[in-house]
Amino acid sequence: MRIPLSALIGMIFTGGFIFVAIFAHWIAPYPINDPVGGVWEAPSAQFWLGTDTIGRDILSRLIYGAQVTIFVALAASILSFALGTFLGFTAAVSGGWLDQALSRSVDLMMAIPSLIVALVLLSVLPLNLTVLVLVIGILDSTRVFRLSRAVAADIAVMEYVEAAKLRGEKGNWIIFKEILPNALSPLVAEFGLRFIFAVLFISTLSFLGLGIQPPLADWGGMVKENRDGLIYGKTAAMLPAAAIAALAISVNLVADWILTRTSSLKGGRGG
Amino acid sequence: MHPIVKLLVQRIALGLLLLLAVSAVIFLGVEALPGDTAQAILGQSATPQALENLRAQLGLSDPPLTRYFNWLGGILTGDLGKALTNGADIAASIKPRLANTLFLAGCAAVIAVPLAILLGLVAARYAGKWPDKVISGITLSTISLPEFVVGYIVMYIFGVKMGWFSPTAMTFPGMSFWDRLHAVALPVIVLVLVVLAHMMRMTRAAILNVMQSAYIETAELKGVTPMNIIWKHALPNAIAPVVAVVMLNLAYLVVGVVVVEVVFSYNALGQYLVDHVTKRDLPVVQAVGLIFAGVYILLNMLADVIGIIANPRLRHPK
Amino acid sequence: MADDLLLNIKGLVIEATAYPPGEPPKDITLVHGVDLALKRGKVLGLIGESGAGKSTIGLSAMSYGRGGVRLAAGSIMLNGREIRTAAPTDLRHLRGREVTYVSQSAAASFNPAKRLMEQVIETSIGHGLMTKAEAEARAVTLFRKLGLPNPETIGSRYPHQVSGGQLQRVMTAMALCPKPDLVIFDEPTTALDVTTQIDVLAAIKEAIRDTQVAALYITHDLAVVAQVSDEIMVLRQGRMVELGTTDQIINAPREDYTKALVAVRSIEHEEKPEAPAVLSIQNVTARYRGTNFDVLKNITLDLPAGQTLAVVGESGSGKSTLARAITGLLPPRSGRISFAGRTLSNETKARSMDDLREIQMIYQMADTAMNPRQTVGDIIGRPLELYFGLKGAEKQRRVQELLDQIEMGAGFARRYPAELSGGQKQRVCIARALAAKPKLIICDEVTSALDPLVADGILKLLLNLQAESQVAYLFITHDLATVRAISDKIAVMYKGAVVRYGQKSDVLAPPFDDYTDLLLSSVPEMRLGWLEEVISTRKMASAGN
Repeated sequence: MRIPLSALIGMIFTGGFIFVAIFAHWIAPYPINDPVGGVWEAPSAQFWLGTDTIGRDILSRLIYGAQVTIFVALAASILSFALGTFLGFTAAVSGGWLDQALSRSVDLMMAIPSLIVALVLLSVLPLNLTVLVLVIGILDSTRVFRLSRAVAADIAVMEYVEAAKLRGEKGNWIIFKEILPNALSPLVAEFGLRFIFAVLFISTLSFLGLGIQPPLADWGGMVKENRDGLIYGKTAAMLPAAAIAALAISVNLVADWILTRTSSLKGGRGG
Repeated sequence: MHPIVKLLVQRIALGLLLLLAVSAVIFLGVEALPGDTAQAILGQSATPQALENLRAQLGLSDPPLTRYFNWLGGILTGDLGKALTNGADIAASIKPRLANTLFLAGCAAVIAVPLAILLGLVAARYAGKWPDKVISGITLSTISLPEFVVGYIVMYIFGVKMGWFSPTAMTFPGMSFWDRLHAVALPVIVLVLVVLAHMMRMTRAAILNVMQSAYIETAELKGVTPMNIIWKHALPNAIAPVVAVVMLNLAYLVVGVVVVEVVFSYNALGQYLVDHVTKRDLPVVQAVGLIFAGVYILLNMLADVIGIIANPRLRHPK
Repeated sequence: MADDLLLNIKGLVIEATAYPPGEPPKDITLVHGVDLALKRGKVLGLIGESGAGKSTIGLSAMSYGRGGVRLAAGSIMLNGREIRTAAPTDLRHLRGREVTYVSQSAAASFNPAKRLMEQVIETSIGHGLMTKAEAEARAVTLFRKLGLPNPETIGSRYPHQVSGGQLQRVMTAMALCPKPDLVIFDEPTTALDVTTQIDVLAAIKEAIRDTQVAALYITHDLAVVAQVSDEIMVLRQGRMVELGTTDQIINAPREDYTKALVAVRSIEHEEKPEAPAVLSIQNVTARYRGTNFDVLKNITLDLPAGQTLAVVGESGSGKSTLARAITGLLPPRSGRISFAGRTLSNETKARSMDDLREIQMIYQMADTAMNPRQTVGDIIGRPLELYFGLKGAEKQRRVQELLDQIEMGAGFARRYPAELSGGQKQRVCIARALAAKPKLIICDEVTSALDPLVADGILKLLLNLQAESQVAYLFITHDLATVRAISDKIAVMYKGAVVRYGQKSDVLAPPFDDYTDLLLSSVPEMRLGWLEEVISTRKMASAGN
């Protein structure tokens, strides 16, 4: 199988970001919170990307920021995914009142924009990483629920599933052998999209001052710290913004490719 | 009763029910979370006695259900209570800010809606050809950016580098309409960019969906001109999905304003909400949250209602 | 002389681009140099199985390629002008004026947002052929000629307010309204129930005769095309097989392929004598949850072991619901189903493994009846594993045997369903059912989605398997020719009830009740003049009206 150039670029960049996130401690040239230079210094041989609002090395903070941002986003998307697919599959396969109850609760949660729900919740809850992961993960699991329920419900009414039921197969066989293999590709692509959403969401919250708190650094928070410099033409705030965009676009490219592969598989069926 | 009226009544009733459920979630759900308003006001060092007094004073010692109905009754009569932090009347604080928010969102909608439909039409007309690819490519990259990033890019280019507009959107009472318009230009551009991509992509998909119908082929085989195919055959069927797309994206705009207002320090409802979340001023957060949710639910309901009215099968039952 | 030819196609080559998954796109040829000539006022039938290129050729008479299909080479002369390379503006003037089109699915072909009349007269007005009043008057005349109810007012309705059979006639009226020289009928009756098809067919035939229009009539059903056309062209895989008068093609076909098409549905099956029942359905009544009418009304049927009971009826008759009741997917409200001497639990879940094993099911759409992610070997092997605990080499060997039984080779075990043809898929489904060593197989329209020759092959296979293994079939179908070919007993269903039931020879012998008469007389027969004969002798109006 040939991988298109766009997907390849997406994979390389995504892989690069993950590598940097894992090995941040060894890669970053300076400590995360030490002022090591002047305020908003221009990029130089010493500070490759310049310094920030209180003279910290931006490159180092970006690298540590990658770690926090990716970690929180990954944890939240894994949570949303685990929760959403489990409940979605359960609702689709069992049907009846359980399906009704779950679907209506999700409708209710999705009747309010996620950001507003998050703001309301964060006005009460303490601000720490666990709370952030839980809030983002649970809010986003509603979308995963809808998708996985729809995908599983589409498959559950296929005649091969009916045939399996008539054959006397047990529930586990039906979910893992008949439904899951056919639901996998759209779900994998969805995971990429959920991850992007979590990155954007956590960055937005941090930018609003309601996400990751100092002394930890994350990209959204870095935009907030350096925003005042923009008025004086200091572009420090643009660097973390660019990092968010680069990560989001590269994951998008990979997810897009998986999605088109899935649909072309469908189109090729029935020869 | 005409079946369509029945459907509409059902849909509107469902919307109201949803709104009620959402208000319960915002009030009771938040109450159930760990955290204490009195503690939030007085801080960690407060004595138990002081906390107890404040709770009684705020009516926090009543059972939650009673307080919920009091709160709901207050909202219905226009009384949103007082802010914890400064004791200001919430309704009075909201009014001018809500007007500002609606002005900003309204300006963005007036530009974004026709533009998105036009671009969607062009992209659908040239589906798979270069105009489609260019439009799709640009919109795909704006979808990947969070609102605040778009905001700073726009601010840097047009506010700082070009110096065409003020980088912050300062408005004050008594400002002329044009000055006001000039002041909000940058946030409007950002909102348009953010909402345009989604709206245009969904419009394109809705139109392509209609254009691939068998009845469009029939029209082509009847020798109908391309212009008439679009006007007479595609458009009447595309209106409902496109209007639904527009409404859904206007609802999305509601969320966008929150962040954009903060970026441009625009004194409106979103900024007010974020400020009071930071201050943990729950009554304000609940009231503003309910307003945002209400607008969102209203727009979604409107999308459904238009969809029902535009459907010939429902309008002309068997 | 070539001058009185309305349509003259020479050396037509049609191509398309295929997009196989994971591979670069490639060009494929759909039609390899076909010649076709049609005189004014004549009807030419284009017949062939799926993939024959008949619709593609039909549309080329409008110089139209559907979905990226290219008219690559050759000449298409209409009224003496070359249209293959004509400019889009010229094509617009000719489409809807000189040539018009009637599609298989009128329901999808009408704009749902516009009234029928507006759509019927659109071309007549748009091409400046008539005034609005003239066009409307002509439309009403055509509605009346085509036997539509309320011809004066039906035009003010919306497409969804009119039944499928009626829409098909309205579309015919739409095609005839601008007084074209040529109408292309693309399987216009295929989607209709058999009793509706005959009326629409008769209406189309009469309209063609009265208006003196020429027509290309495209269908996969030779018996249908024989009723309306002067000449028939047999197509296969984009090439012409045979061209002749209708009389010659039906009564003296020259090519082997044509002979096979003519001989299709002529399987003879000797009825077996009455015997003790393996499946006994007693007074079964059922309805879907949340509805308040019975879809099965007091059904009582017996199926003897090793025999075939055909359940025949049109869409909505409840015949497929009966299968759901027997398998326990739709538990009956009342009544009893006994199988091999024991009473079956109403619900699938409550049944023993043996009950499940001994009743197997084969579906209409083999495509959706097999998990696309499992190989043929996995699909056939699973019942062996589940019911008999077979593993490894033993399972392989048995899969092999089953593949041989369905006349497919060993190589197929590793293939995926997407790599099989329609007939092969259905064979794999049969093998999966056989693997369980069942006493009863429920066959739900198993040949309806297949081309006639392939369907014949499946029927022969089912008969052979029955002779070998003494399995009983409950054979659900709407096609009476299939019923004749395979059944020992027949039950005719209509609106949820059994209206006629007994041994095949009794059910198919007069005197008939009205519905059975209608159903039997509606099955197209492969002889000239059948249509006129039937229309003049029918007792009951078709169910679709």
